[in-house]
Amino acid sequence: MSRELWEGNQAMAEACVRAGLQAYFGYPITPQTEVLEYMSARMPELGRAFLQAESELGTINMVYGAACAGVRVMSSTSSPGTSLMMEGMSYIAGTEVPMLLIDVMRGGPGLGNIAPSQGDYNQIVHGGGHGDYHPIVLAPASVQEAVDLLYGFFDIIEKYRAIGILLVDGSLGQMMEPVEMPPMLPLRKEIPEYAVSGAKGRSRRFLSSIDLDPYIEEKTNLRILQRWQEVEKNEIRYRTYYLDDARFAVVGFGSAGRIALSAVRAAREEGIPVGLIRPISLNPFPSQVLEDAAKHLEAMLVVEMNSGMMLNDVQLAVKGSLPVEFYGRIGGVMPFPDEVLEEIRSLAKGPLKNDGLARERWLNKLEKLIQ
Amino acid sequence: MATANMEEMEIVYQRPESLLNVTTHYCPGCTHGVAHRLVAEVLDEMGLRERTIGVASVGCSVFAYNYFNFDFVQAPHGRAPAMATGIKRVRPDAIVMTYQGDGDMISIGSGEIVAAAARGENITVIFINNANYGMTGGQMAPTTLPGMKTTSSPNGRDVETMGYPIRASELIATLDGASYVVRRSLHDPKNIRLAKRAIRYAFEAQVRGLGLSLVELLSTCPSNWKMTPLESTRWLEAKMIPYYPLNDFKVHPALAELKI
Repeated sequence: MSRELWEGNQAMAEACVRAGLQAYFGYPITPQTEVLEYMSARMPELGRAFLQAESELGTINMVYGAACAGVRVMSSTSSPGTSLMMEGMSYIAGTEVPMLLIDVMRGGPGLGNIAPSQGDYNQIVHGGGHGDYHPIVLAPASVQEAVDLLYGFFDIIEKYRAIGILLVDGSLGQMMEPVEMPPMLPLRKEIPEYAVSGAKGRSRRFLSSIDLDPYIEEKTNLRILQRWQEVEKNEIRYRTYYLDDARFAVVGFGSAGRIALSAVRAAREEGIPVGLIRPISLNPFPSQVLEDAAKHLEAMLVVEMNSGMMLNDVQLAVKGSLPVEFYGRIGGVMPFPDEVLEEIRSLAKGPLKNDGLARERWLNKLEKLIQ
Repeated sequence: MATANMEEMEIVYQRPESLLNVTTHYCPGCTHGVAHRLVAEVLDEMGLRERTIGVASVGCSVFAYNYFNFDFVQAPHGRAPAMATGIKRVRPDAIVMTYQGDGDMISIGSGEIVAAAARGENITVIFINNANYGMTGGQMAPTTLPGMKTTSSPNGRDVETMGYPIRASELIATLDGASYVVRRSLHDPKNIRLAKRAIRYAFEAQVRGLGLSLVELLSTCPSNWKMTPLESTRWLEAKMIPYYPLNDFKVHPALAELKI
């Protein structure tokens, strides 16, 4: 297969098309609008369902309907749109039907801006919608990785009847990179046994998230949780770089992880034995990987494009076994590799404190930096 | 006592196949049950039961799925037209119906119904207007009449502070994508028969792919209106119909020619 230059948003759209996507519903919002635009031409061309909805509320409920009808369905949006979709996602989770969402994150809170951010981490990874459920969240660091993850994502969410979210930031959506596109998969013909399709020659089917009897709802919650435990067992993804001889490790996901990799390479050239752990599945989170790595390391540095949302999960994973420092830029600002390199140097130089106050130290630095 | 000859007997009235043989949760005198039966009779008569997918809303009719004998989903509050859109777009051969109350459809869900109608979504909307939020105990709805007392307008709906009721059918009928928009009432047998006929036309519109069809049904809510069932039907006739006239607001030319 040849490599072609693709814009991130368009590449992600085409990857989903090739993965057997049957229906797309969406609404314009920067910086993901190119997914909607691409789908508006591509899906009808293939005779598949496309509709620009009246809002993200409309979008997510069209996705809900199509998911109940048993087709491969998705949407894409950016942070404020994701907030609007949270009601529907909770219903979809409660109904146990699979759906896929691409969230191309931008600076917030509120209307914020259209610059890249990782500020949706808590909302996406730790729920967002009401009630007790867990979406499967994958975070690529390149356009190729986004394509590859999306190509297999439908199989995963259908296996667990779960919500899948590809969490990328605006830069990944907007940048152009060489991509090797996977081949076009045939569309699924059969209708899943849970789906509504008209009760011809069978008893009626009913799909809902309602269980007025708390004892039945408790069983539903338990079923969802047990399925989640299977996800935790089978779907952990991550990549490590230069970890074999490392005394220090940077932890970062998505674009922050990619920026950190540049800094790690630069630090290596200076002789600092540092590696990188890049979680790809943010939910389930590779906690055991981090805990095991911590045993061989002197300190970790978490780098994010938010105020340390994943930092909390890293701290939980390593259980205070080593100092964990933090560096982030917020509100739509991306860190430069040099900023991360400086943090790696500080880490190697010491002295290090294992006091859980990484965020406070970072805030002091940031206040001086952006004055 | 005359003995009936079984061979000469004809069944003239029975439970439609589209309705399940269960007891409903609806209050005595509530006309939801009548509306359910009319929808079921029409789907039986048109032979559509096995093709139909219902979308229940939030409100008293949230449990509609317990009573209809065909595939059903249940939408978030107000979002039934969007969910129905998602289903219809991927299963165009299915007959898709939403069953929504007034709070659901024209308050929290006003965006979804207007957008679906404007797009000409080929779905059928059964719209129950009983002038209050029934499920939560009788609060003011967008359809609550001026001066009408509810649990959240205890001194009566003051239009100066609470605004005016929405005549949903008149509003939806202005949209080019709507094919059939009418208002009927369920307060007496004659009007119930007219309502059934309207429901038939609404599904005929969908079968013909004419665009969104909507039948508004003025309905009683004796429990929350604090009236007997009989008082409720009289109140509906005296108070609701003058504000919500029974009319055909939009009839697609292809339906106007239809003889049923």
